[in-house]
Amino acid sequence: MSAPGRTKGEQRKAARADGPTTTSANGANGADGADGAGDATAPRYAIGIDLGTTHNALSWVDLAASRDTDNPETTVHGVLPLPQLTAPGTVESLPLLPSFLYLPHADELAPGELALPWASDDSHVVGEMARRRGAATPIRLVSSAKSWLCHPGVDRRAAILPADAPPEVARVSPLQASVHYLTHLRHAWDLAHPDAPFDAQDVTVTIPASFDPAARELTVEAAKAAGYPPPTLLEEPQSALYSWIQASGGGWRKQVRTGDIILVVDVGGGTSDFSLIAVLEREGTLELHRVAVGEHILLGGDNMDLALAHVVARKLATAASGAVTLDAWQMRALTHACRAAKEALLADADASAQAIVVPSRGSKLIGGSVRTELTRDELGATLVEGFFPQVEVSARPQVRVRAGLAQLGLPYAQDAAVTRHLAAFLARQRDAVAELEGFAAGQTLAEGPAGASFLHPTAILFNGGVFKSQLLAERVLATLNAWLAAEGAAPARQLAGADLDLAVARGAAYYGCVRRGRGVRIRGGTAFAYYIAVESAMPAVPGVEPPVQALCLAPFGMEEGTEAELPALELGLVVGEPVHFRFFASSVRRHDVVGTLLDAWAADELQELDAISATLPAEGRSAGDMVPVRLHARITEAGTLELEAVPRSGDERWKLEFDVRGEREK
Amino acid sequence: MNQTPPPSLLSRIGLAFSAFFGVLGDAQLAARFAALRHGTDAPPPAPTPAPAPAPTLKQANPDAALQLLALLQRDARLIDFAGESLGAYDDAQIGAAARLVHEGCAKVLREHFDIVPVRAETEGARITLAAGFDAAAVKLTGNVVGQPPFSGSLSHRGWRVAEVRLPKLAEGHDARVLAPAEVEL
Repeated sequence: MSAPGRTKGEQRKAARADGPTTTSANGANGADGADGAGDATAPRYAIGIDLGTTHNALSWVDLAASRDTDNPETTVHGVLPLPQLTAPGTVESLPLLPSFLYLPHADELAPGELALPWASDDSHVVGEMARRRGAATPIRLVSSAKSWLCHPGVDRRAAILPADAPPEVARVSPLQASVHYLTHLRHAWDLAHPDAPFDAQDVTVTIPASFDPAARELTVEAAKAAGYPPPTLLEEPQSALYSWIQASGGGWRKQVRTGDIILVVDVGGGTSDFSLIAVLEREGTLELHRVAVGEHILLGGDNMDLALAHVVARKLATAASGAVTLDAWQMRALTHACRAAKEALLADADASAQAIVVPSRGSKLIGGSVRTELTRDELGATLVEGFFPQVEVSARPQVRVRAGLAQLGLPYAQDAAVTRHLAAFLARQRDAVAELEGFAAGQTLAEGPAGASFLHPTAILFNGGVFKSQLLAERVLATLNAWLAAEGAAPARQLAGADLDLAVARGAAYYGCVRRGRGVRIRGGTAFAYYIAVESAMPAVPGVEPPVQALCLAPFGMEEGTEAELPALELGLVVGEPVHFRFFASSVRRHDVVGTLLDAWAADELQELDAISATLPAEGRSAGDMVPVRLHARITEAGTLELEAVPRSGDERWKLEFDVRGEREK
Repeated sequence: MNQTPPPSLLSRIGLAFSAFFGVLGDAQLAARFAALRHGTDAPPPAPTPAPAPAPTLKQANPDAALQLLALLQRDARLIDFAGESLGAYDDAQIGAAARLVHEGCAKVLREHFDIVPVRAETEGARITLAAGFDAAAVKLTGNVVGQPPFSGSLSHRGWRVAEVRLPKLAEGHDARVLAPAEVEL
């Protein structure tokens, strides 16, 4: 226990956490409970939860056992199989828990058919059975709850899902759906580890890097409601990189070098997420800095399978040998078949087509099935050219003008081309590493930043099931390298060896280890600077809205557990009345400090988020009084942003809430 | 003398019928009846050695079998496929359905069992079986004579289940319903 650099406190924790291992090895099970109390301060496990749009996973690192390994960069870890209903009365353990919630009709299932290995009620089904059942009865299915959780146009605490359910279905809120998934994961853990209760462990929950402060806070709120100990949030692309580091067992230092800029491309089932992580050297050791994150793009593998299914369905509907129209059930089956055919075609470069059979719904299988095929040309045109076209780096996502009254649904990406979104991201973040030590030189001399139209990554890490197809990974890499070559830069290389489905969960558990001082930590803090709108004091001009200025409250790169300074500017809050502020974030303005007032900004520099609001209680004041306050920002240990109103005198503080009721004008 | 009273008419009718069917259906009984009719005494039954207690055969629990059938129907439509007459269809149609069934069966086997070959050698290889080999896992065929070690060529590698992962069933779940009827409202 004399590892260099370990503090006394950590040594004490280590000694204590070793206790239970020894005890249970002696078979003294009765003592486990007593030692469990010690676990409250020194958790035995670091648990990583991947709360995904389409799937959830739980991974763990045994902190106590990992301390005993010789190499500080190896860990004792695993992925928890998740018991879940796969059919009525049938419970199976699968590595992933599909993020689907089914709300059955009271007469739909025989009593007792929803029994789980833990106490549960009959009002809802989570996981694989929910996914299957919901395919045939979509009005009772909640899916993509995570995308709704960060949908600024709706009230995320209101029971609004399923969006197209008839009135008699008791709907749930996006928050509540997430609570159901998180609770299921907690029960699964407690079932498998009766001696190490979930709420005594270190828990990390992953979120998209592009999640705004309100969605982050809602995620923490959902975790607390699900009976979690205070969780730590971790961005998914960072988690994927942590998993890659963990899997390399220390070998990662040979695969990256100072000056590298790693682009993480994470295309999951429902969302695409980009991050840039720079490698630099400080005091002789390699450091990782996350320097930029992309926008929230609702575009993922499920969209790709659906697109293929529509291509094949259209072919069937116009077939010369007799048009076949598929119903919703068959369409679902066709989507599954297309996914399998896609994987087969992408795996075998010589196959020119893959047969697809859509089964009949009735029991006449041979007579009622529809046979067709997915050809390589269709796959290429739809998937490769549709989602990963080889575009110029100057290409930008196309924005269609929305129809006047768009139906209230998820704001799916309007341009399906992942590569165009990537080009826009790299161009916007062209100067992301300009201030980083060692980078200014590297980029200026070798590549000339004046001439560079986008940030030049030197390595790329893929994550998400979509990239199980090496062809698609190669397409993205080739497109990126064509952009780099056009500006005279060296090609980027692919960091190999990632576990595409489970990397995010694994990385999150490993992060629990890293926060205890084992292994390298990715630094960087917040990837946004935050602003509120203040009306500028100028004489009112009839018919002209008073111009708005943006006041910076939290600068770019605030680390967890740090506080911003108090801005000098005071705002007047009216006692007893809710006051709303428009709230903005910028992923590119790295120089603004607390108190910076912006008079004007480019359209894509600042994005408007949910408004924030505060209500000052009337304690000791008369309602209607104006109190001058300053707004103070803090990044919590969990990774959420907290804003407080601080009056000029006294030590009162009032928390500002994110308005998640979807009332922001769009 | 222990003279039993002659049977009544009614019981004689019953006896005659049972004798008729008994003689017709049981060759042994017929032979003894013929001997009786011809006045020759039936040979005394040969003394049989005390029978060894019959080995008890266990009755497999049908639940696991029903569960597997339900999985094969759900993922591979196996019961639909086997229940359909092939006569009305051409090979292309059957082939299309067979793809579904094949893919589904493979999925069920993959997800619920770890199936490994009994013998790691390639088929066709010469192998030697030492004395005391596991006769349950290796089947000898052809010129089965002499004493081990036996030497022969491997014609099939065999399959063994290394792990079974069948779903758990809820108390009171009716496993006999392999696939519920579906009614679209």
